[in-house]
Amino acid sequence: MSDNVQITINGKTASVTPLTVVATALACEGVTRFRRSVTGEPRTPLCGMGVCFECRVTINGQPNSRSCQVLCEDGMEIVTDE
Amino acid sequence: MRQSYDVIIVGAGIIGASCAAECAASGLSVLVLDKGPIGGGVTGTCMGHIVILDDSEAQFALTRYSQRLWNELATKLPEQAEYVRCGTIWVAADQEEMQEVHRKYKSYTENGLEAEILDNKALLKAEPHLAADLAGGLLVKQDSVIYPPAAAYYLLKQSHKNGAVVRSASEVKAILPEGAVGFSCGTIITGSVVINACGCQAPEFSKMAPIKKRKGHLAITERRDGFLNHQIIELGYLKSAHAAAGDSVAFNIQPRKTGQMLVGSSRQNDSDDPSVQHHILSKMIKRAFKYMPDLRDVQVTRTWTGFRPATDDKLPLIGPDGDSGKIWIAAGHEGLGITCALGTAKLLCDMIMNRPSEIDTKPYCPSRFAKGNTEDV
Ligand SMILES: Cc1cc2nc3c(=O)[nH]c(=O)nc-3n(C[C@H](O)[C@H](O)[C@H](O)COP(=O)(O)OP(=O)(O)OC[C@H]3O[C@@H](n4cnc5c(N)ncnc54)[C@H](O)[C@@H]3O)c2cc1C
Ligand code: FES
Repeated sequence: MSDNVQITINGKTASVTPLTVVATALACEGVTRFRRSVTGEPRTPLCGMGVCFECRVTINGQPNSRSCQVLCEDGMEIVTDE
Repeated sequence: MRQSYDVIIVGAGIIGASCAAECAASGLSVLVLDKGPIGGGVTGTCMGHIVILDDSEAQFALTRYSQRLWNELATKLPEQAEYVRCGTIWVAADQEEMQEVHRKYKSYTENGLEAEILDNKALLKAEPHLAADLAGGLLVKQDSVIYPPAAAYYLLKQSHKNGAVVRSASEVKAILPEGAVGFSCGTIITGSVVINACGCQAPEFSKMAPIKKRKGHLAITERRDGFLNHQIIELGYLKSAHAAAGDSVAFNIQPRKTGQMLVGSSRQNDSDDPSVQHHILSKMIKRAFKYMPDLRDVQVTRTWTGFRPATDDKLPLIGPDGDSGKIWIAAGHEGLGITCALGTAKLLCDMIMNRPSEIDTKPYCPSRFAKGNTEDV
């Protein structure tokens, strides 16, 4: 098994096993608020398969990326709406 | 619950809700019944553009009258109704369509509406993300946008304040000729009159209502504040919307108060299937890219479909269903049900209460579809 992948979540570094889905990494690191709804309510993943768009976060500067559809990569910067 | 009302309204879409608000405000005792939730019909899956159209005199009269009523209500609407008077820009792709801009301008301004002709430069200033090669457009200023299910909810709440009883999850099995409704459990509730406001389902209770379903697709985007300022519709829409047969798409985009954009639209006549059809959706999205290339960078987050309750002469049915004076109908507004809701309710309530109306109700009279009368339409 290759080495762990280093990512940052809201500026804090985290180390995850290769092929970890971003949504999973966020959940493991205790993120409970992935994004906010129009009225400011907290949102987290719902479908886990790219359909509901509830899991959106900013990945490497790209806003509204579906975290359940992206694998963690070394140096990846993830920002949630905490 | 009492077992007798002045008015029983079947259907709590925007039409039923508007009728309830109007009847209750006029002092009638009202019962509203819907088989699903409030606004769970096409009112919950449509665009919510309050728009004046002039395909016919009767259409112009009703859309204008009704829009005026929305304008009067605007300040009272709750935040959730997301009312914005953003105006409409009718976009002309070429010089041929510019002629339609001029015709529409003349017709609207002669009737006291505020409109402005935009050349290519003015068009791009108003909407910087439109394609650079469009000929121009017509800005119609008083058109607005609303979130229809929240508006329906508000109208029902108003009716409730005036004593109306509103029941969701109450499916009516039969509208009885003596002015009553029956449920599958055998219960019958009587009214002085019953209003059939069942949208696409209205023909289930009224043999006279020739309402057909016209399917439409919609897509909503992520929030992009400031990307879009007006509701924009291509003038080619007239050609495609009028094509009686066949499937068509036209560019139509709406700014939501949330910063999202609602992208339409498609028209299909012979589909009963509510699923999203990807060949239609992709045609619709490609059309949008043609008019607004920068949309390629904007994510769509959800897609869905809805069925417009359409009639052959593109006018709704508002008036008595038969001669008894007991059964009334308000349905068949196709793509203008939100726009025409408040006007429809006023006209119907006027007729029920024998009051004079502000506009002529004859063009919408359901009897135009009765046997022997079909030659006139
Ligand atoms: C894609 C699309 C875009 C549109 N865009 C616009 C727009 O921009 N502007 C505009 O003005 N209009 C627009 N429309 C049209 C508009 O949505 C409709 O004209 C309007 O919502 C019709 O309202 P309604 O109350 O008649 O029907 P509905 O909202 O369908 O209400 C009928 C109600 O009757 C109930 N019902 C049916 N049968 C029974 C029964 N047996 N017992 C009890 N209840 C029953 C249903 O549950 C439903 O809630 C659009 C439509 C579509 C499809
Ligand atoms: S969890 Fe539904 S799209 Fe990601």
